[in-house]
Amino acid sequence: MDSQITVALAGNPNCGKTTIFNYLTGARQHVGNYPGITVEKKDGMARCDGQDVRVIDLPGTYSLTAYSQEEVVARRTLAEERPDVVIQVADAGALERNLYLTVQLMELGIPVVLALNMMDEVHRRGDSIDSARLAATMGIPVVECTGRSGLGLDTLLRTAVALAAEVRGKEWNPLKISYGTDIDPVVDEMTALIVQEFAETSSGASASSYPPRWLALKFLEGDGDVREASFISEDLRNALDALLDKTAKHLDLTLQTYPEAVIADFRYGYITSVLRGDIVTRHKESAGRRSFSDKLDQVLTHTLLGPLIMLGIFYLVYKVAFEFGAYPMDVVDAFFGWLGDMVDANMSDGLLKSMVVSGVIAGVGGVMVFVPLILVMFLLIAFLEDSGYMARAAYMLDRVFRVFGLHGSSVMPYVISGGIAGGCAVPGVMATRTLRSPKEKLATMLTLPFMTCGAKIPVFILFVGVFFAAEHQPTVMLCLTLTGWALALLSAWVLRHTVIKGDPTPFVMELPPYRLPTLRGLLLHTWERGWQYIKKAGTIILAISILIWALMTFPTLPADVAERHDVVIAQLEEKVGAAEESVLAAGGSIEAPEEDEDAEKLPEELLLAEARDALAEAENIKSAETLRNSIAGRIGTALEPVSRYAGFEWRTNIALLGGFAAKEVLVSSLGTAYSLGEVDPEEAESLAEKIKADTGTWSMANALSLMIFVLVYAPCVVTIAAIRREANSWGWALFSLVFSTALAYVLAVGVYQIGKAVL
Amino acid sequence: MAESISLRQLQVGQTAVIHTIKADGELGRRIRDMGLLPGVELEAVGKAPLKDPVALRLKGFTLTLRNNEADLITVIPSSQK
Repeated sequence: MDSQITVALAGNPNCGKTTIFNYLTGARQHVGNYPGITVEKKDGMARCDGQDVRVIDLPGTYSLTAYSQEEVVARRTLAEERPDVVIQVADAGALERNLYLTVQLMELGIPVVLALNMMDEVHRRGDSIDSARLAATMGIPVVECTGRSGLGLDTLLRTAVALAAEVRGKEWNPLKISYGTDIDPVVDEMTALIVQEFAETSSGASASSYPPRWLALKFLEGDGDVREASFISEDLRNALDALLDKTAKHLDLTLQTYPEAVIADFRYGYITSVLRGDIVTRHKESAGRRSFSDKLDQVLTHTLLGPLIMLGIFYLVYKVAFEFGAYPMDVVDAFFGWLGDMVDANMSDGLLKSMVVSGVIAGVGGVMVFVPLILVMFLLIAFLEDSGYMARAAYMLDRVFRVFGLHGSSVMPYVISGGIAGGCAVPGVMATRTLRSPKEKLATMLTLPFMTCGAKIPVFILFVGVFFAAEHQPTVMLCLTLTGWALALLSAWVLRHTVIKGDPTPFVMELPPYRLPTLRGLLLHTWERGWQYIKKAGTIILAISILIWALMTFPTLPADVAERHDVVIAQLEEKVGAAEESVLAAGGSIEAPEEDEDAEKLPEELLLAEARDALAEAENIKSAETLRNSIAGRIGTALEPVSRYAGFEWRTNIALLGGFAAKEVLVSSLGTAYSLGEVDPEEAESLAEKIKADTGTWSMANALSLMIFVLVYAPCVVTIAAIRREANSWGWALFSLVFSTALAYVLAVGVYQIGKAVL
Repeated sequence: MAESISLRQLQVGQTAVIHTIKADGELGRRIRDMGLLPGVELEAVGKAPLKDPVALRLKGFTLTLRNNEADLITVIPSSQK
């Protein structure tokens, strides 16, 4: 570990940092979470001249204040994990703003390599940057590169490794710049106080990995994270506060400003002085990509066309996902069908076989079938994100979101959760961390589970497939998504005017230029999210499938009841046997007849068919009674008096209970409920056909009511856990559960009662 | 020298130089992080379909602000397209 070099990647959002990280580490990366919070932690291994280099991808930030969780995480990682070198990836096209972060990294003292990324765009515009002069002026290595093509990245890594070797074992060397005559003396005074305190209490120096001068500066900036830090004692805090107060009053009186603003101004002043002369040469008419992006924006964010195109794009995502997802889905479906048959044929009858076929294969297969669809969806969403279109959607929709007490950035969590169908509420909840206002964040978090997440889609596809003609299916699916949006926004408004009142937070957001995403980036992104889904199928869902199978199997029927059924079934089997013999004697065929009504049948064959039907019915009755007698059946039946108003029978109740554990389980447990009641396991009748045939239980009103209920009711356990973590409260997690389920029930009852009356 | 106006009043296509920024606290910090400072040149490049937020072009990038946030910034218009 000691000899291994660690490099951290820092940079603004949209600077191409992820592309560089992917290029450097390839598939050798690990995605996790920072402990206690949900900012994604990416970590990978790169190779440089036969040497392994650990690369940490820090969250994208504009500065190192405590403005967002990402910023706090970035600087804590730098201070506590002490990477040897930090590579700051900068969008060379917006150098000034990007250098604001560079200066702050240098203030912290960590060795910095500046990567001027997207040089291809700079050159295309006819601009140029004198990177050698920039390096000399700033006193740090500067490497020009283009992440998309990989140009310059080997040099970048080599430069970082060389710098790491050079500074290894040395103290950090923080950059000292002047913040003007009002601030400089105070910084010095504060630094002295901190140094003195740390010298006196040996624990202070070791507890704080931050340079004292940097701490003083942050204190002056009113940085909450540093102010409340455990290594700052009560006395020290009071002393520093007094200095801060005095300075703030003085600045307010003389210049109508405050320390934080002055410090920022001087940082930019430093940047301006660095860039003075002609380090950056801009072409007279900066045409090229930028203006192409502007032209696109004139259409894509146009007053009338913009929203229309946005709707069109969302619709197109469905179309493409459904058309392309369908083929591989059939293949996966066929595979699990074949697997079920294989196991069925080769295992002896009994509980184990029942568990493997009805629990494991049916459960996991039901989830895996949707993997191709979800991969296509993720691919499309990743394209929209990486191309820069998502930011435009936030920009266009902010005015709307504000009406509901939300933030334009709420669009991202919503979209990830399934605003474009196929997302997942878990990363959606995690994405709310970019919302700074706790209130908007909470409102977004509590309402985003109403979106059509990837796990609900199978349910919708199943019922939409059964009850709507093929040409109407995409429209119905779009309507479901829009219903999710409407319900989420309306409930957010209600929440923001009742339980979570409060003022809106700032909306300052970058609109990155449109870029064609790289295929590599898209595939990695898609794979990451797809793999999360598959893992969920292999672990939680496998366990739940087995649990649900057990709930539906135990307790078995009392011996006397079972025997009564078995006697009847045995008698009927004998009858079938006898009928078969007489058919054979009459020269007929005992093969089950094809659906061919016109074919002439021997009277013996008709008798056989009758006997078989009677047997099937008897077996059905036994299965149904077994299921109804099981724990799940008892719960489902107990709920029937309530669920009846929404049109749900006990089998649906069972599935909905299972769906609370994970929505993916809904279809599979409904499948299990039906397949357990099925006569002939050899007969691979799909659930859709089963439902179509069961017209007594399933009408259009039932289907619509169920779809609304599934859309809105209790988020799955994983989402609840995510909400608890993000809101840091079990209260809100519980609130989400109760609130969603109550709302879903009211809506489902409404839909069912109206549907029954109208349809 | 032209009079300073509120950033909200800047028309799409107009360029201007930032005169004062009254925002403080979180909004102030966010605005500074994005490089909005007195003396910086910007151009209003668009408005969202509902006329709010506004899109601004700074040196090398575009950012968006809500109208009520733009109210805290005064600018001196420098040209009209």
